[in-house]
Amino acid sequence: MKIHEYQAKELFAEYGIPTPAQILARTPEEAEAAARSLGGGCVVKAQIHAGGRGKAGGVKLAKTPEEARAAAAAMLGKPLVTKQSGPAGSLVRKVLVTACADIEKEFYLSLTMDMERACPVIVASAAGGTEIEELAKTDPGAIARIPVAPETGFRPYHGYEAARALGLPEAQKKPLTAILSGLYRLFTEKDCSLAEINPLVLTKDGRLLALDAKVNFDDNGLFRHPELAELRDPGEEDPDEARAKEHGLSYVSLGGDIGCLVNGAGLAMATLDMIKALGGEPANFLDVGGSATAGKVTAAFEIILSSPSVKAILVNIFGGIMKCDIIAEGIVEAAKAVSIRVPLVVRLQGTHAQAGRQILAGSGLAIIPADGFREAVEKAVAASKGACAE
Amino acid sequence: MSILIGKNTRVVVQGITGSQGTFHTAAMLEYGTKVVAGVTPGRDGASVSGVPVYDTVREAAEKTGADASVIYVPPRFAADSILEAADAGIRLCVCITEGIPIQDMARVRRYVGGTSMRLIGPNCPGLITPDECKIGILPGSICRRGRVGVISRSGTLTYEAISQITALGAGQSTAVGIGGDPIRGTGFIDLLEMFERDPETLAVALIGEIGGSGEEEAAGFIKTRMTKPVAAFISGACAPAGRRMGHAGAIVSGGRGTAKGKKDALRAAGVIVAETPDAIGEALRAAAEKAGVWQDCLVG
Repeated sequence: MKIHEYQAKELFAEYGIPTPAQILARTPEEAEAAARSLGGGCVVKAQIHAGGRGKAGGVKLAKTPEEARAAAAAMLGKPLVTKQSGPAGSLVRKVLVTACADIEKEFYLSLTMDMERACPVIVASAAGGTEIEELAKTDPGAIARIPVAPETGFRPYHGYEAARALGLPEAQKKPLTAILSGLYRLFTEKDCSLAEINPLVLTKDGRLLALDAKVNFDDNGLFRHPELAELRDPGEEDPDEARAKEHGLSYVSLGGDIGCLVNGAGLAMATLDMIKALGGEPANFLDVGGSATAGKVTAAFEIILSSPSVKAILVNIFGGIMKCDIIAEGIVEAAKAVSIRVPLVVRLQGTHAQAGRQILAGSGLAIIPADGFREAVEKAVAASKGACAE
Repeated sequence: MSILIGKNTRVVVQGITGSQGTFHTAAMLEYGTKVVAGVTPGRDGASVSGVPVYDTVREAAEKTGADASVIYVPPRFAADSILEAADAGIRLCVCITEGIPIQDMARVRRYVGGTSMRLIGPNCPGLITPDECKIGILPGSICRRGRVGVISRSGTLTYEAISQITALGAGQSTAVGIGGDPIRGTGFIDLLEMFERDPETLAVALIGEIGGSGEEEAAGFIKTRMTKPVAAFISGACAPAGRRMGHAGAIVSGGRGTAKGKKDALRAAGVIVAETPDAIGEALRAAAEKAGVWQDCLVG
């Protein structure tokens, strides 16, 4: 789960990480008032989950409250297209008005999981402000990685190692250690997958300040944190993906015209690859999971068909523990509940495949059956291009 | 021979009284697996499909001689179940559960690493040595005993691969699903090493996917240490960057973990890589033919 910068900074404040004064604004008037109470000069920042806001015009310096108002007016109610937002962009509903900082130097600092070592890792670089992925490509040597064993937790020496990596002057080493100690507590106590400060700045008057904040949570840990539920912003989520989640389906929208319903994430990914290899465009990734009930299959069809660009649907099931006859019954029931307006190709393999195929054949539904993986995808691609697959 | 499990493996099912545990206990017994005990705290004295239930893994192991465990426990308790298995002296623990918090899994893997227990998974379909033992949820019906080792990060795609290998007339020595989570107990290299040593295994099929660097590391191992032929498939070539594709570990981030990078690394190590998922069996045949062992892979 992702949250907004202003929410991440509120969490930072709880954990003793210094941030500039901030006020959230939903209208240009509120932004103007916020700027006034911050003393006039300020930074106006669009609050969307996608990164890359600065380069996309989502971060503006304002010298006066009037400029803050104008900057907010230019952002609010409009989509902001960034490198990470997708071509349609994300609608800006809120802006964050923050006090200006007199910057001496910018750094990168974050905590994330090191999957190979199986422990949290501090990532630090003296090259702040740039995207860490870019830096990792262009100058990997400029990034220090300091693992923290969960058995010991964060220790002051980790802070001093990070301070050395950042090249901090003596006076800032202790404050950095305090910031990292707070960041580590936040990371572990709230089941974060990422807690990032980019940039962390050293101000001209010698203070360390988190100018930006990004906090992502491990979805699997959310059950431990009912307090985080209120930070969720449904406006930032793809409505189809949110709906799929409610039904226990794993769904990713891809924008093509062949809707996919598959059991298992690996087979679902492989099905997309096969569609592409045969010249088609998948509309989505959808893993119906190990226990696909008629209700789940119906929900899956509804979500797939809610996209007007879908021209064909491919069901690819390899029954292991899940029996193909059960899935076939689910498809028949779903087809009664939802009007399937496009050609439907169904491949059933594995446990009780024959019984499943018989159920489909006897259902009276206009289903295009297929036995082989390639055959099924070929038929779906042909159907999506308007050809008669039969 | 085979790897990890065989006809003498004695299995304790953790979470046996839950719906998944109960269902798969019956399926494993039906396949012929020696399921000797079950564990659900607070249900000591109960019985599931005739299998006695205990409160703890330690008691189950002491009373029944169980040396392997399989976990069908909900995600919020599954990490503890792995620790319990390790403390009870279990040799092999297979965790089927999907959705364990990553920070729990980090601590568990580090702890397990200091014990003699091998962990498979989590978020995996388990493993099978055809005709002898299956632990987990893999369907036994599509498998046939033979000489091909299978290692995979996926569940149903593994079934697809197994059935392709079976359809070509070959069979499997052992098939292992290592799981779709980014932190897992056993990786590709551990299993490649075991298959390399196993005299029954003549060739290996490796099924990877986007995310992480396990396949790249496997390529390094294959290049320097494997003498047996390896074929592979990597799924997720058209997955958009930064999006998690179902599995917690299936994500391309910062340009790393791409399908292309993995395929290139494997090809550079001499692995025959299937371009499409329907060609996994054919790729394996090509690799085995090139090494002159395909005829010996055929069953019957």
